[in-house]
Amino acid sequence: MAEALALERLVKTFGTTRALDRLDLSVQVGEVHGFLGPNGAGKTTALRVLLGLLRTDAGVVRLLGGDPWDDVVALHRRLAYVPGDVNLWPALSGGEVIDLLGRLRGGLDRTRRDELLERFELDPTKKGRAYSKGNRQKVALIAALAADVELYLLDEPTSGLDPVMEAEFRACVQEMRAEGRTVLLSSHILAEVEAVCDRVTIIRNGKAVETGSLADLRHLMRTTIAAELNGDARGLCALAGVHDVRADGERVAFEVDSEALDGTLRALADRGVRGLSVQPPTLEELFLRHYQDGGPAAREAPDSQTVCSDEGGSRR
Amino acid sequence: MSDFAGAGQLVRLALRRDRLLMPMWVAVFAFMATVSAAATAGMYPSLESRVQVAETANRSPSLVALYGKIYAPESLGAVAMWKMAGTGALMVALLGLIVAVRHTRAEEENGRLELIGAAAVGRFAALTAALLVAVLMNGALGLLTAAGLVAAGLPAAGSLAFGLSWAGVGVVFAGVGLVAAQLTRSARLATGIGAAVLGAFYLLRAVGDVQGGSGLAALSWLSPIGWGQRVQAFAGERWWVLLLLLGLTGALTGVAYLLVARRDLGSGLVPDRAGPAVAARSLRSPLALAWRLQRGALLGWSLGLLVLGAVFGSVASNVEGFVDDPDFREVIVRLGGERTLTDAFLTVELGVMGVVASAYGVQAAMRLRAEEAALRAEPLLATAVTRVRWAVGHVVVAVAGTTVVMAVAGLGSGAAHAAQVGDAAQVGRVFGAALAHLPAAWVLVGIVVLAFGLVPRFGAAGWAFLVAFFLLGELGPLLELDQRLLDLSPFAHTPRVPAAEVEVAPLLWLTAIAAALVGAGLVAFRHRDVG
Ligand SMILES: Nc1ncnc2c1ncn2[C@@H]1O[C@H](COP(=O)(O)OP(=O)(O)OP(=O)(O)O)[C@@H](O)[C@H]1O
Ligand SMILES: [Mg+2]
Repeated sequence: MAEALALERLVKTFGTTRALDRLDLSVQVGEVHGFLGPNGAGKTTALRVLLGLLRTDAGVVRLLGGDPWDDVVALHRRLAYVPGDVNLWPALSGGEVIDLLGRLRGGLDRTRRDELLERFELDPTKKGRAYSKGNRQKVALIAALAADVELYLLDEPTSGLDPVMEAEFRACVQEMRAEGRTVLLSSHILAEVEAVCDRVTIIRNGKAVETGSLADLRHLMRTTIAAELNGDARGLCALAGVHDVRADGERVAFEVDSEALDGTLRALADRGVRGLSVQPPTLEELFLRHYQDGGPAAREAPDSQTVCSDEGGSRR
Repeated sequence: MSDFAGAGQLVRLALRRDRLLMPMWVAVFAFMATVSAAATAGMYPSLESRVQVAETANRSPSLVALYGKIYAPESLGAVAMWKMAGTGALMVALLGLIVAVRHTRAEEENGRLELIGAAAVGRFAALTAALLVAVLMNGALGLLTAAGLVAAGLPAAGSLAFGLSWAGVGVVFAGVGLVAAQLTRSARLATGIGAAVLGAFYLLRAVGDVQGGSGLAALSWLSPIGWGQRVQAFAGERWWVLLLLLGLTGALTGVAYLLVARRDLGSGLVPDRAGPAVAARSLRSPLALAWRLQRGALLGWSLGLLVLGAVFGSVASNVEGFVDDPDFREVIVRLGGERTLTDAFLTVELGVMGVVASAYGVQAAMRLRAEEAALRAEPLLATAVTRVRWAVGHVVVAVAGTTVVMAVAGLGSGAAHAAQVGDAAQVGRVFGAALAHLPAAWVLVGIVVLAFGLVPRFGAAGWAFLVAFFLLGELGPLLELDQRLLDLSPFAHTPRVPAAEVEVAPLLWLTAIAAALVGAGLVAFRHRDVG
């Protein structure tokens, strides 16, 4: 697959703040790529670098085979952007803004524009200052989605949208994927990312901390198992891939790596199982783990009931 | 009382926000007055020299129109504070207006007030806080100025009267700002309305003052700026005139409270109309957008300058009769012929309009930074529009707009003057003279563009330069500053037409410098971060 855009070891500083710290990001043509990270992680900064709005301090930026700082006109004809902070001109109507941005990009498909206005239920005659937050967001969103381009850079495009509009947006992204277009979607809404993204990159403090398909990421997670055994829980600790075993008489709870699931269940069955609960890994957990300060390691506080020690550190 | 809840906190917040700017402006004004007083005392140490300069000034209609009259030629204070009571008061009024709008409508427009409004803050709190801040600032300005004048050796009573006249003018226009802030949704427009009112009052005073003994002289009494001068500091103080200023402030504030009670947070009194669903065909370039965003302001400024020009043009020929002393008249006639007095008047008034046109250019070019800071440049620059193309849109509007504004001023003056003297040729002559002021105004546009490219944070640098150049011209000769320093101001290089001959060389130089500044600004913008 061809590459739509890439950042390699990208560094961007604002005074003493290191907003991007050797960030790596690669998006393939035709994929919908989720871009996640806690507030202030550097997502908006990365998108602005991709648009040639910010100078970089070090690293490589490639966008649609060109350099975003030098080839502005040629590249921007091929992409559309929804800014993270949408500010409209107070005196211009929403319809005027959509038309203007479309024309400046190099042309606008009127039918597509009108269809989107209808789908997102936006009144295009209101003046910029008269729109509610969600409606302002819709103006920017429609201006971008109406563009017939290869690449869409969307910075929290659904912030402020109601659930119905949010669903409409997801449908639009699915259509874009079906048409082979590329989307880089920065978002805080995990359900949205889960619903539309092929791959995700999670960044923290300006660094990519995780990247891969959702299935890959799930695979990295551990399943939580709680069981009531007929026999003794001892010995479970010795199994490969089992962590955090907490035993209380005949009850036992532990976490297990995905690849060790099969063997572990056999081992449990050998001891005789009276009750069992299995919790599959959620994306939420993955994200929270990466979002929280101190990173993955810090969250593994050993329990007083831990019956056997574990290396305890990395979960990978 | 709950309507006023939280006003105290808002005052503290406002003072904190302006903790640098406000003391700085107060100090600048007090310093300006003090330095003027000290310099005048040094320059005209003897009574005769003072009386002579005062009588010359009082006989010169262009100076009386610009600054007003000197009410006591023998009083050092009256001579020293003459310009300060004229253009100085104008700037104090502008400061009061800007501060009032800044802490009411501007806060409301950017949504900060809503953030605060959610806390326990009454609906009159913001208005009350802005009023208190304006009163505090102008009070400090007046007292500090009075103290400075006393320190410069002027009598205490006159110093206090002068300081209070400034403070009074300042709070009146803060009141104007508070009313204007209720009328519109945009802080820019509110400031524009306030500035138009200020201009009208200044004009009333100017016209009234040059009328001498005729009935129209009463016009000055319709203007708060005129009241400030009629406190007659150092010339037999008339303290009661201060009550007029206070009374008008009270009335304006009352109107503002009535209006605020009748509208919702965030809205103006005039509701927004719906716009077109589809953009006009012409709205397809950064220049078209810049024009669309700035055309309203350009119309307002053009109208203002048309009126200003027409009024000055129509009084220009009357000034011949202003000089009733036949000896003095003969001196002038011998020096430069019959038309000299009129031409001298036109020259000075065109100079004033040149400064106003520069102010238009500065604020129009400052749109660049305003748009960028409001994150409205970002979506445009994400389309197939280069930075330079986007910026050039606003630069063209600023440069061409300055030209339009000055041309309108010249046409207004020329047409009115031609009608008065019955000589159609005057239209072209005055119009041409007006255009000579353009290159200097373009230089100011250039300075704003360069600041935008190099140091976007200092977005207000254009105003600082405009005020500095203006003050150099006003106070420089009085302070006997070095000529090289005075030459820093582009206004110093504009030929004194129509009184003097046109010199082309400085005009070409100024134009070239303006172009170089704009070019350098665009290059710098091309190489920096946007946002
Ligand atoms: N113009 C700027 N000047 C100084 N610091 C900046 C600037 N822009 C961004 N930063 C800093 O860079 C860091 C990354 O900010 P960025 O806006 O990219 O975060 P983000 O991931 O988009 O966050 P959010 O999820 O809140 O939108 C933050 O620490 C921010 O304060
Ligand atoms: Mg962001």
